[in-house]
Amino acid sequence: MSENTPEIGTVGLLRFMWRQLTSMRTALVLLMMLGVAAIPGSFIPQRSQNPIAVSDVFATSPTKALWYERFSLFDVYSSPWFSAIYILLFISLIGCVLPRSFEHYKASRALPPLTPKNLSRMEHHTEWKGTGDELKLARAWFKKNRFRVRELDGSISAEKGFTRETGNLFFHLALVLILVGVSFGSLFGMRGDAIVNVGERFINTPTTFDSLSFGKLFNEKSLEPFSIEVDKFVGKYNPVTNAPEDYTLSVTVKDTPESAPVKKIVKVNSPLSFGSTRVYLQANGYSPIVTVRDSVGNVAFQGPVPFLPQDSNLTSTGAIKVPDAIPQLGFVGSFFPTIGRADEGGGISVFPEALDPQLFLGAWTGDLGLDNGRPQSVYRIDTDTLTKIGLKSLAPGETYEFAEGSITFETYIPWVNLQVVKDPGKSYALLGSIVAILGLLASLFTRRRRIWVSVTKKNIQVAGLAKNAAPGLEIEIAQLIRALGRAE
Amino acid sequence: MSTTWAYISNYLVYSSMGVFALAFIAHTYETAFAVRAPHLADSAKGNLRTKTFDYTRTEKIARIATAMMILGFLLLLAGVVGRGISAGRVPWGNMYEFSITGALAFTGAYLGALRKYDLRWLGLFVSISVLLTLGTAVTVLYVPSAPLVPALKSTWLVIHVAAAIISGGIFLLSNVIAGAFLFLDSMERKGERAPWAKRLPSLDTLDQLSYRLVAFVFPLWTFAVIAGAIWAESAWGRYWGWDPKETWAFITWVAYAAYLHARVTVGWRGRRAAWLCIFAGSTFLFNYVYVNVWGTGKHTYSGL
Repeated sequence: MSENTPEIGTVGLLRFMWRQLTSMRTALVLLMMLGVAAIPGSFIPQRSQNPIAVSDVFATSPTKALWYERFSLFDVYSSPWFSAIYILLFISLIGCVLPRSFEHYKASRALPPLTPKNLSRMEHHTEWKGTGDELKLARAWFKKNRFRVRELDGSISAEKGFTRETGNLFFHLALVLILVGVSFGSLFGMRGDAIVNVGERFINTPTTFDSLSFGKLFNEKSLEPFSIEVDKFVGKYNPVTNAPEDYTLSVTVKDTPESAPVKKIVKVNSPLSFGSTRVYLQANGYSPIVTVRDSVGNVAFQGPVPFLPQDSNLTSTGAIKVPDAIPQLGFVGSFFPTIGRADEGGGISVFPEALDPQLFLGAWTGDLGLDNGRPQSVYRIDTDTLTKIGLKSLAPGETYEFAEGSITFETYIPWVNLQVVKDPGKSYALLGSIVAILGLLASLFTRRRRIWVSVTKKNIQVAGLAKNAAPGLEIEIAQLIRALGRAE
Repeated sequence: MSTTWAYISNYLVYSSMGVFALAFIAHTYETAFAVRAPHLADSAKGNLRTKTFDYTRTEKIARIATAMMILGFLLLLAGVVGRGISAGRVPWGNMYEFSITGALAFTGAYLGALRKYDLRWLGLFVSISVLLTLGTAVTVLYVPSAPLVPALKSTWLVIHVAAAIISGGIFLLSNVIAGAFLFLDSMERKGERAPWAKRLPSLDTLDQLSYRLVAFVFPLWTFAVIAGAIWAESAWGRYWGWDPKETWAFITWVAYAAYLHARVTVGWRGRRAAWLCIFAGSTFLFNYVYVNVWGTGKHTYSGL
């Protein structure tokens, strides 16, 4: 640093940086940056929405995936750089809005400024000979039109339109409230999925979920102690287009283990509510019910096994693992609610309702590997170490018999995926949104303006000034002049 | 019953296209025949080679053109309503329906603005773009009238999509005006306006008008986004998930917010403001075309 440079010191530097950050120009640049930063997330698959597409990128082009990963491009909206932009933007916004709020509060309590000496220099200036009671009429007109007035020495200074700045400030503060609501929800909230067969009961405890994710500050004790018994599920589909038309889920809920059971209906657009927790109907499928017997005839397994839908006609795949049979048995299966003409060795469902259900099974035997401690998917079987027994296609009631035992396809039941979401911040975000819209309307549709009336020796003068040269003041002044009784 | 209404709706949409085509021809005629060939009497003034435009010559045909636009609007309105009746719901469940309703909103915005400003010069553009939109809708985007998938069965469909379509129509009108501003501005920079452009409003008026349309509709767009979030909360279990459509709606919102700030607090006018306005409007168009047709995510209802 050269000797001529004035020393601004640390405090000075910080003050300088604060001024820069809270300047309108910086805020605008940050706002545009936020818009631009949001773009990549709409082209690159996001882990939070489509984890399968993300793993596809890793599989097909690992180098590209690695670079995407380095720049958090699979998690754009929770990435450090995206967060940095919006946090800076909100600091800038708060630094801009808070001082303005104090200023505005003071200004709204202060009286309007004095009437200028020379009204003829102001806009919309009009002068005429009056009768004497104009000041009284003006006072009444301003009161009727809710102007704030200041009277001094035969002149009235009136002001209106503070709502514009009030609305503007409320709009920006409401944006902060929305951000608070969003962060509150992600810190204290949770989201979990559970596949529940019709006839089974779901209890809201962490162990019953198939997948569960929660915020950093989420407390397991804050899970509402409700239970849901799935009574019936009906899916209606269009016979021409196969598109779903209606899903209706009938349940019996208990808010607490002690409370009385209540019957309820869940639909796609009407979830169940328990405090700040809501339960959504997010997906549905079929669980074939099978009975597996070993070579002696003892029942080794019996019950429904949820299969996962693979297409819109609910062609579903799954696995049946029977570790209790000796030797262990595994079945890789496909379920077709309405079987279509199948190609060699395959099959396809042609309608999502179970009109002609069929279960294709591949039977395997050997060590299923369930004891080695490695977690594995319940919907898949690693057949590398197993020995193939055979393939069979079964209709309900049919049995496939083989040397090691048998499997009977008894019937099938639907399952539903219940999504449980707790978001304690959403009411703040909603409140913020409502205030933001009201503030926006107030700030865009009101104008701040001043009107002056001055009476000197029966000479009446009227003039006005509109902030930002907003139109419409001349009409208002014309109305005032008419109210003051000026002869045309 | 419902198929009858679907047929009636199709005929009405086709008829409106015919009428819009007539309006387009009338507008072309209006502009073309306003040209006054050089007159021998002008030779004294030395402008034998300059053509002049005289719109009073084609005032009658201009009125016919506007009448055609109104008739086309009414036919299209009936077509959109008929489509709604045939499906037993609001007529914006797929991209064909978005397009015919959007064209209706665009024509409506033009006719509404025409009551206050003399915007007939825009008629040529409005009629051809409505024709193109409807043409694409009936040829490429058409799908038979059908009930909705369960996620769309909600009152919010009416509120959210109506707000988005109206906002879109007005954003696009504002874009057209900003485009006209840029075109006329570059013309004036080179010298005088061409004769045919002389009757178009002053640059100042165009600049103000495009801003006022945005300022008027920005709260509605904000509302459309928030209504969408409320609906998403009840249908999909979250109010904001950075789905591509949500992301682009957000980008459009940010771009228009920046435009309003640039105008009101920084004092941008003229070219810079017009370019920013066009940029913001194109994010909306991009969202409509790209995300609906090629995009992934939860908003792909185009039926394509």
